[in-house]
Amino acid sequence: MEINPLGTEIFFHLGPVPISRAVVTTWGIMALLTLISWLGLRRTRVHAGTFQTVLEIVVETISTQVGEIVRGDARPYVPLLGTLFLFLIFANLSAIVPDMKPPTGHIETPAALAAMVFFSVHFFGIRSQGLSNYVRRYTKPNVLLLPLNILSDVTRTFSLMVRLFGNIMSHEIIIAIIVMLAGLLLPIPFMLLGILIGIIQAYIFTVLAAVFIGAAVGSVTDK
Amino acid sequence: MEYNIEVLSIIGAVVAVSFGAIVPAYSEGRAIAAAMDAIARQPESAGPLSRTLFVGLAMIETMAIYCLVVALLLLYANPFVS
Repeated sequence: MEINPLGTEIFFHLGPVPISRAVVTTWGIMALLTLISWLGLRRTRVHAGTFQTVLEIVVETISTQVGEIVRGDARPYVPLLGTLFLFLIFANLSAIVPDMKPPTGHIETPAALAAMVFFSVHFFGIRSQGLSNYVRRYTKPNVLLLPLNILSDVTRTFSLMVRLFGNIMSHEIIIAIIVMLAGLLLPIPFMLLGILIGIIQAYIFTVLAAVFIGAAVGSVTDK
Repeated sequence: MEYNIEVLSIIGAVVAVSFGAIVPAYSEGRAIAAAMDAIARQPESAGPLSRTLFVGLAMIETMAIYCLVVALLLLYANPFVS
């Protein structure tokens, strides 16, 4: 049994580029999300059908939640944060489908997502406050705290990555160990726990990204 | 010498996970107890409270996850074992 959580599983080679299993799963999830959105919004109407209404409820809920966190207009941030949330839900729960492994259980996918959050926080911050105001924020209580502010930026991105990766991957290992010990009925409650963990981690990742963005655009009082 | 480093890595991983789980577990319990106390006093503020609670729990939990990552590095990607 392949149990090394830090190794990568190469699926096939596309020319000289090795394509890992996580990347293939990510492509599948992207195709699935695109297909669902396309099917639901193919013929949009004011008096919406069932499918379109469900999609509208999802977008409305995400928009309301993001608006409560950033305390302002949520519209610029919903495309990024909503896509993050839906992708993470599908990615974390892809372990339900037999023979699939969640791509967030390998360190590359959470690293890419955390890097995306890192750069978009600075992008939104500079766009809403201007470059000089945004840079001045780093020397805010005192110039002496400049290294600590930069360090906290790096460590919070790192912990965003490690939290998602650690939770999903450790749960995979727990399932593998329990299947090795007793394979019949005992794994089922742990798999149910895995669904809960996957949803909560997707929620936490999105909420933390929203909190960081809200702190960067300055509508939330900074600690 | 190789043998010693491997044994020491396993002991280090065990110590990291077991002791690194104690304090985060205790503090998560404290946080949840405080949040429940607040929700019992003011049930109408349960929404923002539970969101803050989840974010805080994630922050606390990160410490335990760091210990797990250190243990995994010791076991699977140890720089001292070739």
